[in-house]
Amino acid sequence: MLYGLSAEQDMIAQTVRSFVEKEIYPHEELVERTGEVPNEIAQHIKEKTLELGFYACNFPESVGCAGLSHVDFALVERELGRGSMALNHFFGRPQNILMACEGDQIDRYLMPAVRGERMDALAMTEPGAGSDIRGMKCSAQRDGGDWVVNGSKHFISGADHADFFIVFIATGEDQTDKGPKKRITAFLVDRGTPGFSVRDGYKSVSHRGYKNMILEFDDCRLPQAQVLGEVDGGFEVMNTWLYATRITVATMSVGRARRVFDYALHYAAEREQFGQKIGKFQGVSFQLADMITEIDAADLLTLAAADRLDKALPANREIASAKLYASEMLARVTDAAIQIHGGMGLMSDYPLERFWRDARVERIWDGTSEIQRHIISRDLLRALGA
Amino acid sequence: MKVLVPVKRVIDYNVKVRVKADGSGVDLANVKMSMNPFDEIAVEQAIRLKEAGQADEVVAVSIGVKQNQETLRTALAMGADRAILVVATEDVHADIEPLAVAKILKAVIDEEQPGIVLAGKQAIDNDMNATGQMLAALTGWSQATFVSELDIQGDSALVTREVDGGLQTIKVSMPTIVTVDLRLNEPRYASLPNIMKAKKKPMDEKTPADLGVDIAPRLTIVSTGEPEARAAGIKVGSVDELVEKLKEVGAV
Ligand SMILES: Cc1cc2nc3c(=O)[nH]c(=O)nc-3n(C[C@H](O)[C@H](O)[C@H](O)COP(=O)(O)OP(=O)(O)OC[C@H]3O[C@@H](n4cnc5c(N)ncnc54)[C@H](O)[C@@H]3O)c2cc1C
Ligand SMILES: Cc1cc2nc3c(=O)[nH]c(=O)nc-3n(C[C@H](O)[C@H](O)[C@H](O)COP(=O)(O)OP(=O)(O)OC[C@H]3O[C@@H](n4cnc5c(N)ncnc54)[C@H](O)[C@@H]3O)c2cc1C
Repeated sequence: MLYGLSAEQDMIAQTVRSFVEKEIYPHEELVERTGEVPNEIAQHIKEKTLELGFYACNFPESVGCAGLSHVDFALVERELGRGSMALNHFFGRPQNILMACEGDQIDRYLMPAVRGERMDALAMTEPGAGSDIRGMKCSAQRDGGDWVVNGSKHFISGADHADFFIVFIATGEDQTDKGPKKRITAFLVDRGTPGFSVRDGYKSVSHRGYKNMILEFDDCRLPQAQVLGEVDGGFEVMNTWLYATRITVATMSVGRARRVFDYALHYAAEREQFGQKIGKFQGVSFQLADMITEIDAADLLTLAAADRLDKALPANREIASAKLYASEMLARVTDAAIQIHGGMGLMSDYPLERFWRDARVERIWDGTSEIQRHIISRDLLRALGA
Repeated sequence: MKVLVPVKRVIDYNVKVRVKADGSGVDLANVKMSMNPFDEIAVEQAIRLKEAGQADEVVAVSIGVKQNQETLRTALAMGADRAILVVATEDVHADIEPLAVAKILKAVIDEEQPGIVLAGKQAIDNDMNATGQMLAALTGWSQATFVSELDIQGDSALVTREVDGGLQTIKVSMPTIVTVDLRLNEPRYASLPNIMKAKKKPMDEKTPADLGVDIAPRLTIVSTGEPEARAAGIKVGSVDELVEKLKEVGAV
């Protein structure tokens, strides 16, 4: 374990790890093969997680949850990262953006979400607006006290299981020196709302069974009560809450890398060629040395970023560095692990090829590596007036 | 009724053990350690007794190095109420022998006056399978070993034992020493609220001297060796082929 963790934190990590090993690993092959999570398995994982008080443990005690610190929660997600995303989706971690719920939104969305009664999904991305969220076309027009929404979103994860959606929609445009700038509002949208539909998205090479879907709005009428936060305050809601998803990507990348590393290490210790264990060749052993060094570095970088959040220090750059480094580390580690396995590494009889495929998306979602580099460098250069 | 559960810190069952170069034992430096799996089953059973209203306090006790604290914290996080740590050595490689452990437990029983002791049937590191039996002899209590079912009925208990020939049901008088087998229950995961609470639960620390027990070793390990490597297997395509191959090697 890494330095500085308390006995309690160690136990949290150990418990989640053994949960993942016993409740998630045994179903992974089925999910890989079929691309589906059978409902009874999903419900079983959800019930167990609720029973153990781990469901929504990223939410505070004020809403009946565990109120884990950012570091504690990063440890939970790190161990979850070892297992299939499709399955551990049901080890529920609702979007913490739901803490922005007010009035009767609390009973309609926040509480059912943290109790595991309703599942959520978050929608920002559109075919024409990925990294450049402000370029979104999906828009809402005022009509009396309501909003009428038109447009679409794509790549929406978990939308197949979601009962409601947190959707970012353009609600106007300001003229600025740099040209027109969209005003954005976050809305809560129930599945089944007239004019709103969810349809199958694309087949992804990463994370089979963790589906991404397309959302379509066709004159969909939403009452004012569906606005999450302030009208035109979508960016504020995003900035207040969405940092968390980047820590998630970083820490899950670390957990998965550790699992992959264990395979590679043991294979190198057992496989013989030229009359000896391949781990005896520096060509292999030095790869292992580099892999574990990078994994530990990413782990520390991520926990340090989470620790800054716990200490209420500015953490934007540190989170971006963690997300960037951990996701790119995972790409290198999964690639090296395949190399160490030789031809067998590519065969689906072994899970290595899956980890390699799954690793690919981590550099893209929740802000591409380029966008993280942009955040990091702007944070440094802006301060110098550049 | 109070339940006493002795828990041992052992090498994790997932770890591939390695014999030390000098053959004096298994290498435990930088190796993952966990609660002995049979002891986990005993803790689980104790908590179930409490949940069923048959017990009112679960006390976990561990004997060994200071790091056994972690093992006790695990028991507390599962739901034990308090813990007793008996620091008997500073050397992680020192194994306290069953008789010494049984004597320490006897001293703890004299202080705590539990109504039942739930122990694992054996520790997976040295497979001694002796502590529970020795403790029964020292206390003069009844004993039920290899238990796969336990039903406490007032001043006696009906227990099912897993023996070579099948299952044996016996009735023992309380207080009693029970050593548990694999099929008694499936231990729970620690819940998050219990993990958070574990730190606040009391953990007493003692030494064998405090309890007036001499733990000087009586056994000498002559040598420790790796088991013989298993020969590579083969894949067969059908039952017929399997039978044929078994015949070839004279197995059927
Ligand atoms: C499997 C999957 C699940 C997803 N789930 C969700 C979800 O649940 N909800 C959601 O809202 N979104 C989701 N996304 C969307 C994800 O966040 C976007 O894919 C991501 O933000 C990148 O957008 P894009 O794919 O449109 O790429 P683009 O933005 O078109 O980028 C294309 C390339 O251009 C580069 N680029 C763009 N701008 C710059 C710049 N300024 N400087 C340098 N390079 C630049 C990018 O780095 C990239 O290499 C998901 C995506 C995937 C693949
Ligand atoms: C899709 C596919 C098709 C194939 N088709 C054919 C075919 O048609 N005919 C055929 O004969 N073979 C074929 N092969 C086999 C291919 O040539 C071998 O996979 C390759 O030679 C590597 O052997 P290996 O997979 O057993 O890995 P290993 O030799 O076990 O290597 C494992 C790792 O150890 C490293 N290593 C091994 N020795 C050393 C050393 N001395 N120093 C440093 N590092 C070392 C390797 O670089 C590798 O990283 C195919 C393989 C694949 C994946």
